Amino acid sequence: MELGSFANDSQGTFSLQSEDHTMANAVRFVLNQDPRVKVTGYSIPHPSLDLVNIQVQTTGDPAREVFRDACQELMLMNRHVRCVFDKAVAEYKAEEVARKKTEAEAFKNQMDIESD
Amino acid sequence: MPTQEEKTFAKNFDINKLSDVPEGLTPQRKLKQSRGVSKNDAPVHTQGDIYSGAYVMGMDENHVKLENFNENFKVDVISCTETDMEFDMIGIDAALANAFRRILIAELPSMAIEKVFIANNTSVIIDEVLAHRIGLIPIAVDPRLFEYLSEHDQPNEKNTIVFKLHVKCPKGGSRMNVLTNELKWLPNGSEFLKESGDSTSKPKTYTSFNQSQDSFPEFADNPIAPTHPDILIAKLSPGQEIELEAHAVKGIGKTHAKWSPVGTAWYRMLPEVVLLEEVEDEHAERLVKVCPQNVFDIEDMGNGKKRATVAQPRKCTLCRECERDDDFVHRVDLRSVKNHFIFKIESTGSLPPDVLFTEAVKILEAKCETVIAELS
Repeated sequence: MELGSFANDSQGTFSLQSEDHTMANAVRFVLNQDPRVKVTGYSIPHPSLDLVNIQVQTTGDPAREVFRDACQELMLMNRHVRCVFDKAVAEYKAEEVARKKTEAEAFKNQMDIESD
Repeated sequence: MPTQEEKTFAKNFDINKLSDVPEGLTPQRKLKQSRGVSKNDAPVHTQGDIYSGAYVMGMDENHVKLENFNENFKVDVISCTETDMEFDMIGIDAALANAFRRILIAELPSMAIEKVFIANNTSVIIDEVLAHRIGLIPIAVDPRLFEYLSEHDQPNEKNTIVFKLHVKCPKGGSRMNVLTNELKWLPNGSEFLKESGDSTSKPKTYTSFNQSQDSFPEFADNPIAPTHPDILIAKLSPGQEIELEAHAVKGIGKTHAKWSPVGTAWYRMLPEVVLLEEVEDEHAERLVKVCPQNVFDIEDMGNGKKRATVAQPRKCTLCRECERDDDFVHRVDLRSVKNHFIFKIESTGSLPPDVLFTEAVKILEAKCETVIAELS
């Protein structure tokens, strides 16, 4: 939900239901890198409320667009993280399999030598 | 009186464009931005370099814009087993690393026992405490195969797992322990009959399964059981008995910690230990001794001289024991690399830790998608 003025769309507060620091801090981090953003921050008005308010003030662009772009960018970052992570794990597992194989072979050779 | 030439020069003058002015930030500034330093009284330069207005103030050198991020982000798996995982995340901000950690702990679903129907309990543990203990038992089952049980739903084979536990300690014997291996999976659902007013209708149980869970291909040859068979639930004296049924449902750690799929998930920044001056001979020996984590080592320089080296900086816990020593306080710098996280995940056994992390990232992605959908 967006709370803002109709006259000036360069500032707005976005109220996200059932979200907390997890999402808000990550979005704030992305927003802070956007050159269009003048000021941004988030707050949880009361601990027993299950919502977070993210405030965005821009240098002129509509706050809504800037905020949406930030979410988009965060999503793409996540996608990249997942991709890199999966690749790293797959590589690690392949190495692990190869390592175990060579170890088993070395062990077998050792046993062969001993039995001879 | 300045000439016209001098005037235009003054007008176009920009100190940053002079050829001998280095581009970007000074080395000190860079260090301040990329490293936190643990001084012996308190850490300094701990704040991140991305804050409101950082861009305007020209501090945007290390900006993690998407292209930059994609180029620089790296993952390095240190170890990965069925339950534990350690990996390095390089080129990421604490805001994101912390989001992943928070999601792993509080927002990833798993199955846990939510309802316990106690038919008989003559043990010394009262029903409530027993039910609570049983609730905390981790169950080795993939939660993605199940649905959430909402308030108006009937418990069925897609959202509930039923276990039964019936133990009696025989009279005349010794005391016995009730372990989690006594929890027996009931793939056909509850066996306890509900009391109903009229005796003519068909007796109902506490679940309404349409088909047996062991007919699902996922469970056909690996029956559902607690992760560990040897967790102590209760102790029974001769003659005591426990008979109960436990119903597990899907949930998230935010609701109750028993649904958290991780024992813990945590990260720390990569420690960087720097010797600012040479530490030699008896000083070197003392430095090696003073560190409880054996971070330092001694290098033989020949001709009887010895020198301290930083052998295992990764082992440093930033305990600052070395900085308590007056001799070393200005010679040793304990730094933390702000964009390098050593991430550890301990799974409770429902899913392997690498899958858990992937699922956590997916959840954050889904959150973004919801917001984008709402805004457009």
